[in-house]
Amino acid sequence: MALDQIVERCQDLYEDLSFSSVQAWKEAGSGRKAIGYMPVYVPREIIHAAGMLPVGILGGGEHLDVIHGDAYYQSYICRIPRSTIELAITGRLDCLDGMIFPSTCDVIRNLSGMWQLKFADKLVRYFDVPQNFDRDVGGVFYTHELRDFCEQLEALGGNRITNANLAASIALYNENRQAIRDLYQYRSAKPWQTPTAEVYLLMRAGMVLPVDDHTRLIRDYLAAVETVERPLRDNCRVVINGLFCEQPPLGLLKSIEIAGCYVVDDDFMLVARWLLHDVPTEGDALENLSEAFISYSAETSCKFVALREDKGKFLVDSVRRNGAEGVIFASPSFCDPALLDRPMLQNALNAHRIPYTAFKFAENSGQMQPIREQAGTFADSIKLWSAA
Amino acid sequence: MNTAATQNPEIQKEDSMLLQKAMINANYDALATAHEDGKKISSTFVPGNLNELLMCFDFVRNLPEINALQAGMRKKSGGYIMEAERSGHSEDVCTYVKSDLGMMAQGQVGPNGKPLPTPDLLLLSYTGCFTFMKWFELVRDRYDCETAMLHVPYQADGKITDNMRKFVVTQIKETVIPALERVSGIKFDIDKLREYLAESAKAEDDLVWVLQSARNKPSPIDAYFGGVYYCGPIFTAFRGSPDTTAYYRALRREVGERIEQGLGPVTPDGVLEDERFRLVVEGPPNWTHFRDFWKMFYDEGAVVVASSYTKVGGVYDFGFRHDPAHPLETLADYCLGCYTNHSLPARVDMLCNYIDEYQADGFLVNSIKSCNSFSAGQLLMLREIEQRTGKPAGFIETDLVDPRYFSPANVKNRLESYFQMIAQKRSRGDARTAA
Repeated sequence: MALDQIVERCQDLYEDLSFSSVQAWKEAGSGRKAIGYMPVYVPREIIHAAGMLPVGILGGGEHLDVIHGDAYYQSYICRIPRSTIELAITGRLDCLDGMIFPSTCDVIRNLSGMWQLKFADKLVRYFDVPQNFDRDVGGVFYTHELRDFCEQLEALGGNRITNANLAASIALYNENRQAIRDLYQYRSAKPWQTPTAEVYLLMRAGMVLPVDDHTRLIRDYLAAVETVERPLRDNCRVVINGLFCEQPPLGLLKSIEIAGCYVVDDDFMLVARWLLHDVPTEGDALENLSEAFISYSAETSCKFVALREDKGKFLVDSVRRNGAEGVIFASPSFCDPALLDRPMLQNALNAHRIPYTAFKFAENSGQMQPIREQAGTFADSIKLWSAA
Repeated sequence: MNTAATQNPEIQKEDSMLLQKAMINANYDALATAHEDGKKISSTFVPGNLNELLMCFDFVRNLPEINALQAGMRKKSGGYIMEAERSGHSEDVCTYVKSDLGMMAQGQVGPNGKPLPTPDLLLLSYTGCFTFMKWFELVRDRYDCETAMLHVPYQADGKITDNMRKFVVTQIKETVIPALERVSGIKFDIDKLREYLAESAKAEDDLVWVLQSARNKPSPIDAYFGGVYYCGPIFTAFRGSPDTTAYYRALRREVGERIEQGLGPVTPDGVLEDERFRLVVEGPPNWTHFRDFWKMFYDEGAVVVASSYTKVGGVYDFGFRHDPAHPLETLADYCLGCYTNHSLPARVDMLCNYIDEYQADGFLVNSIKSCNSFSAGQLLMLREIEQRTGKPAGFIETDLVDPRYFSPANVKNRLESYFQMIAQKRSRGDARTAA
């Protein structure tokens, strides 16, 4: 498939707020079920092993007119829950047979209760993950939670999740993780070839497509992008941080690049990059997923960092590994995790003399000029004043 | 303006309030001199606090939420918050956190005017509030002191599972107690813990009796504005101590006398004489204008007969008591059972139950900007409760300790309209009954 066609397909999926691809997938086989999940992390392998389609629900984005959703939230609550409620009330999420709400923050947690009250006929699960990373403590708790999750899906779908089919699902997701690692490495090496808006759309496609289709799409993209030559600009290299839950408008990502910043790492759709290595396919599959979470998962503001000296290390490592020259903190308004974490991450960057800038956005932010100016000034300051 | 309370130029306080004040002051004094006295300090949060366990290791207990609350009541929090915002903390986030950080930045002077020493341990009871986790990461970032995390899973399906309980117990055994032993240098004595827990249960019995006294008409207590005082000792640094048992015994006696005399609650302007509206309130109060806020209620003869905020540090009125026979399991159940660790449907059930049991005329939400744990979902809760009970519901917005978010005229207008609505609804009901 040609590059333009791939990007166009991803764009169509991104703009489709009716989730018709999910509906089509369900109609292609009898008794098929789809399970929605919110950011940041759920083990999609388990949903897949139950014969169901995991569907990432990341709010309504910039094109959704939120009419009902605002009546459910005070003005000081972020936008993603109100647009998600809007999607549900307007029937756009009718294709989902259940919704999973990970332990991202109090707002997403309470949204699980709202779902229980509003959509009592659907499966609703608050997905708790341990903040204790000792495998004999948090690991044991988490393995039990995973087992309980399996039983819940088995009851809903009628398919038993065997160790063999969970291992097979893990293998498919390992391939997907590898493809995504390749995509991110490629962008880091040649950011001029892979605009972040395209990378973003590719990752978004993975929220609605079956995992093998998504892996193929990434592979096709990587092959196609090598056939075109895009101009190399004198941009600085930045990592963007804070986009792990509420999503930025596409224009925001384009504005950052137009302003002179190549994005070489980010934290959007962490569900696909949460486990940092392949999960073993031998042995007890649930234990393997649990061990992966405990021992080699990514870091974000929703996760407790046990030692002070490790706070911000994940971000600093990303900056170093990707040869970035600075960090842009783009945090959703009223996002407790991102905004409370930011001063500590900034302290870690200060300790390593890494420059940064920060602004807030909402998924429906329309005015990009201030962001372009701020990102442009940041890029200029790096070019002019950075020690490098 | 209605003045339902007896006007008195001096602010009226119950004897138990004075007793409590003495306890709080003594604790701040103990904090100020803890290091000179060779004692260690543990900071911890109100919901899910392991006070009895900390007492086993002779820690002096510091509760940053209470410091922020005290700063709010003493009109100092506004300056602290601005200080924190100047140093890069977002205007969007919890003002308790910013008040605490601002206080540290301005020299870390406690509400008694004496310095608050650096804690030796942060006991992070991560119960019912995401912000707690970030708060202690921020405090640790400043002080570089040891942090013991106790992750308490959320009761999403309205029940405590064996897996949840076991997880909390294992953490207490494997993570928390070893950290407390290490920092304090004192070995854990489970019999001591049992003694403290037995003491807690006695105080809990009396607290529940006091809270449930609001079933009387007139109610002898205000279970929100007065209730926050009544919950003070048991929610903070004192649960498990004989002083606390004595406090609740005295409080119970005091309230019992008021019932016998048919008296209403004691307000800052005296005893409320004409109970006109009985309310159930959801959400924390505002602290920066606490008295003004309360006055808006008692001037209209409104009494809060039950509130969710007085359950934030432990839900005791549905039967839970600390159980010395199962010391670690009971601590786990306590942590798991705090109000904001309950799901929204469970919170709705609880509030509907209160409206019925306490014969309330209405339900009011005081929605707090700082507190997503409470606030996210309250508008749906309001509709659900109104629909189920048929009682009029009202909604106001304030903040915990940020004075910029307390608009007296706006809140007063809303409350007056709400009370009128209840009165109208009641008169329509009376007319229908008469017909």
